[in-house]
Amino acid sequence: MSENILKVENATMQFGGVVAVDNLNLEINQGEIVALIGPNGAGKTTAFNVVTGVYQPTNGAVWFRGEKIIENHPQGKMKMLYKGEHAGEYSQVLAPTPDKITKLGMARTFQNIRLWKSQTVFDNVLIAKHCRSSSNFLSAAFRLNRAEEARQREEVEQLLKTVGLMEVKDELATSLPYGKQRRLEIARALATEPQLLLLDEPAAGMNPQETDELTAFIGQIRDQFHLTVFLIEHHMNLVMGISDRIYVLDFGKLIAEGTPAQIQNNKRVIDAYLGVAEDA
Amino acid sequence: MQEILPYLINGISVGGQYALIAIGYTLVYGILRLINFAHGDVFMVAGLIMVYATTAMPMYLALPLVLVVTVLLGFLIERVAYKPLRSAPRMSLMISAIGVSYLIQNLAFYITGGVPQPVTNPIPWISENVELFGQSTKRVTLVTPVLTILLVVALVYLINHTKIGMAMRAAAKDFETAQLMGIKINAVISMTFVIGSFLAAVGAMLYFTNYPSVSITSGGMPGLKAFVAAVFGGIGSIPGAVVGAFVIGLCEEIIKGLGYTTFSDAFTFALLIVVLCVRPTGLFGEKVTDKV
Amino acid sequence: MSKKQTWFVMIVLAVALVACLAVDLMLPSYHIAVTVIKKAAVYALVAVSMNLLNGFTGLFSLGQAGFMLLGAYAYGVLTIPVDKRAGVYQYFDGGAIHFSIPEIFSNVLGDTVGTTVGMLAALLVGGILAALVAYLIGLPVLRLKSDYLAIATLGFAEILRAFFQWNALGPITNGSNLLKSYPTFSHATPYVVLAGVMIAFIVLLIRSTYGRAFKAIRDDEVAAEAMGINLSRHKRLAFVISSFFAGIGGGMMAMYMGTIAAAPFKSTLTYEILLIVVIGGIGSITGSVLASFLYIFSSEWLLRGLDSGTFLGINAPDLFKNGFRMAVFSIIIMVIVLFFRRGLMGDKELPDIPNMIRGVGRRKKEARK
Repeated sequence: MSENILKVENATMQFGGVVAVDNLNLEINQGEIVALIGPNGAGKTTAFNVVTGVYQPTNGAVWFRGEKIIENHPQGKMKMLYKGEHAGEYSQVLAPTPDKITKLGMARTFQNIRLWKSQTVFDNVLIAKHCRSSSNFLSAAFRLNRAEEARQREEVEQLLKTVGLMEVKDELATSLPYGKQRRLEIARALATEPQLLLLDEPAAGMNPQETDELTAFIGQIRDQFHLTVFLIEHHMNLVMGISDRIYVLDFGKLIAEGTPAQIQNNKRVIDAYLGVAEDA
Repeated sequence: MQEILPYLINGISVGGQYALIAIGYTLVYGILRLINFAHGDVFMVAGLIMVYATTAMPMYLALPLVLVVTVLLGFLIERVAYKPLRSAPRMSLMISAIGVSYLIQNLAFYITGGVPQPVTNPIPWISENVELFGQSTKRVTLVTPVLTILLVVALVYLINHTKIGMAMRAAAKDFETAQLMGIKINAVISMTFVIGSFLAAVGAMLYFTNYPSVSITSGGMPGLKAFVAAVFGGIGSIPGAVVGAFVIGLCEEIIKGLGYTTFSDAFTFALLIVVLCVRPTGLFGEKVTDKV
Repeated sequence: MSKKQTWFVMIVLAVALVACLAVDLMLPSYHIAVTVIKKAAVYALVAVSMNLLNGFTGLFSLGQAGFMLLGAYAYGVLTIPVDKRAGVYQYFDGGAIHFSIPEIFSNVLGDTVGTTVGMLAALLVGGILAALVAYLIGLPVLRLKSDYLAIATLGFAEILRAFFQWNALGPITNGSNLLKSYPTFSHATPYVVLAGVMIAFIVLLIRSTYGRAFKAIRDDEVAAEAMGINLSRHKRLAFVISSFFAGIGGGMMAMYMGTIAAAPFKSTLTYEILLIVVIGGIGSITGSVLASFLYIFSSEWLLRGLDSGTFLGINAPDLFKNGFRMAVFSIIIMVIVLFFRRGLMGDKELPDIPNMIRGVGRRKKEARK
C-alpha cells in the first residue's frame, strides 16, 4: 500500500453531457515510469488536469503519497446529469488549487509549451523556486532573504547544467529552439522539487533523434532526482522504450493496462488505435 | 401607487435609452471582446451634433445629419483606433479605447469651450408635455420604450435572417474560423460599429430631449450604465442587454424616488459587482472555459 | 547590475535630488516649477503603483482614483487642526472627530518635528485604509478576468466616490463640501523624497522573488499556478500593495491641492494615470516616472500657451483657446498608443539607459557605413 505514490480512484470528469474521463482507476508506484496512451481525444490531458487540480472531477478521488488530496461528488447540474458508477461513494469535497498540489510534490509540463515569455531561461527556472521560498514580501523586498536567494540561484544553475541549458541561461525562453524549450519546461518543473513528474507529450513535434535523446534524458533525471514519472505520449518508440507500465485510455475509459510487451499484443488496444471494421 | 407611478414610467423610459446604448457595447464585445470605452462619448457627441444641427438647419435635415455623422464617427473610431491593433494583446485594445474616449472628451471640450450646450431647439412633438395619470411628462417618455422595442426587433431580424447578420453571428462565435471561412471580418466589424453608433444616436436624440443641456461628460455615466446593463444581461446577448437596461433604468428611478439620489449611480455599480461575482456571464451569457 | 550601471543610477538620482533642492532654495514656493515638481512626484508614485498592478502583474485594474480618494480623505480628516474644524465642518457642527494627528505629535515632539511626523503618520493611515479596502474588494473582484476586472474596479471607485459625498457621513467626510485648512508641505523636496522612497520600495519588491512571481502570473497564469504560485494570494498581494501606495499618493495629492473634494477623483483621473503609464512603457518603473514628469511639465507649463492665446510666439486666440492643450495632448497619446506601443522605455529601466544610448549610437554608425 505504501508503495504507490499516486492513486486515482473512480475519477470521472464530465463537461455537460460529455464524459471526458470515465471512472478512471490507476496506481503508480514509487520510482516507476508509467505512460498514459490513447488516441487523440481519449481524455489523457483531462486526466492530468484532474490529478493536478486544474479541473475538479465530477466524481472520484485522488491519493498522493498515501494521503487523499482530491475528492469530489457530482454537484450542481451534474447531480442530474451524472449517470456513472460509484455516485454515492464520495461525500467529501476536497479541491486544492494546482499550486497546493505542486507544493505537495507533484509537478507537470504542458502539451502546448507554456513558458514565461518575457523571462530569461534562468528566471523561468528561478521563478519555479518561488514556491519553495520561505520569505514574505517584506523580507524579500528588503533583501533579508539573501542566503535563501543565493542558495536558490545556485540550485538553478546546477539544474541548468544537468539539463544542458547553462550556455543559454540569459537568453529569452521563447528564443530557444523547440526541443530546448521542452527541456526547459522539464527543468522548470524539476525546480519545484517534485517527487512525481507529469509530462504531457514531452516529445511532441520532435524528430526521431531528438526523441531518442529525450528518452535517455527522462531516464537520467528519474535516477538523478529519485523521481516517479507519469507521462502522456504518442511516440511509441519512447513509450515502449522507457515505460515500466502503460495505461491505455479510449473514449475516457481505461481499456488496457500492463507492461509494454503486453500492451503491444493487446487486441483491444490495436482496435482502438486502428479502428474496428464493422463486419470484423 | 400614485406617487411611484411616474418613477416607474421614467424608469422604463431611461431603461429604453440605456438599451439603445447597451446594444452597441454588447455587439462590439461579442465580436472583438473589447469594452468600447469610447461608446458613451459617441453618444455624447451625437447629443452635441443634435444641439448644433437643430439650431443651424431645419429639423428634417438636422436629424438625419445627426444619424449620419454619428455613424461615421463610430466607423472612423474603429478604423483608426482598433483595426491597427487586431493582433495586439487585449490590454492594448482597451487602452486604445480609453485613449479615444479621452480624445473625444478633450476635443469636445475644445469645441464647446467646456460650457454645457443648451438644447434650444428640442425635437418637436416628442418634447411636448402630455398628461399621464395626473402627472405632466414629456411625450418622449412614452415614445422611447416603444421605439426601443421596434428597433431591437428590427435588429434581431437583421441578425437572424440576413447574410450580414449570419456573418456577425459567425464572427462572434469564432473570430479566426469565420475569417478562414471567407467572411470579410473587417466589413463585419465595421457593420457592428455602424449599427451600434446608429442606435446610440437614436438614444441620444431621445435622452437629450429630456435634458436642458449637453455637456462633455454627459456621455460618461449613461455609457457606463449601459455597459453595466450589457454585462448584467450577459455580454454578447442582445435580449440580455435590453432586459438589463430596463432593469437598471427602473431600479435607478425607484432609488431616486425613495430619496437616495446620491446612490443611484453607486447602486448600478454595486449591482454590476454582485452580478460579476455571482454569475460572471450575466443572465443570458454563455459560459466560456479556458483550455489548458 | 554592473558597477558602471550602479554608478550611473546613483549619479542620476543625486542630480535629480540636487536639482530639486536648488529649485526649492532659489525659487519661491508658488513658482510654477515647484508646482510642477510636486504634482509630478505625486503622479509618478501613483503611476508606478498602477504599473505594479497593470504592467507587472498583468491585472488590468482601473480603481486607482478610488484608492487615492481614500488616502486623500484619510489625510485631510486626520490632520485638520482642532480649532479650524468648526469652520471646515460648518454644516456638520464641527464634525465628529475632535483630534488632529499632527497636533498630538506636536505635544510630544515639539512643533516642527511633531507636525511633520504627524503628517507622515496620517499619510500612512491613508495608505493602510486603502490597502484594507483593497483587501476586502480583492476577495471577490480578483477572480474576474481582464476586462471584467477593469470594469469592476472602476465601478468600485465610483461607489466609493458616491459614498464619500453622502450627507449621512458628513460629520467625517464633510459630505459634498470641501475639506481644507490642513497642513501641507510648501516645498517640492519633501514630495520628491517621499515619492522616491516609496518608488524605491516598489522597485526592490519587483526585483525580489515576489516580483518575479508577479511577472510569471502576467506572462502565463496557468503555468504560474502549476509551478506552485498561489494565484489568489499573489494577486491580492499585488492589489493591496498597489492600493497602499495609491492611498499614500492620494494623501500627497491632497497636500498638493490644498483642498479635498470627491470630484477630482473621477475615473478620468485613473485614465490619465493609465495613459501616463502607457506613455512611459507598461512594465517600466523608470518609464512611469519619466512620463509623469514629462506629462505634468508639458501640460502645466510648457504647453500652457496653447490654452491662452500665444504659443511659441504665435498669437492666435481663436485657435489657441481653452482646451486646445488637452486636445493636442490626447492626439499625442493616441499616436503613442497606436504606433509606439512600447512607450518611452518599453520594459527597460534606468540602469539600461547607457546601453540603450550606446545601442542607438552604434546603429547610427552602422547606418552611416
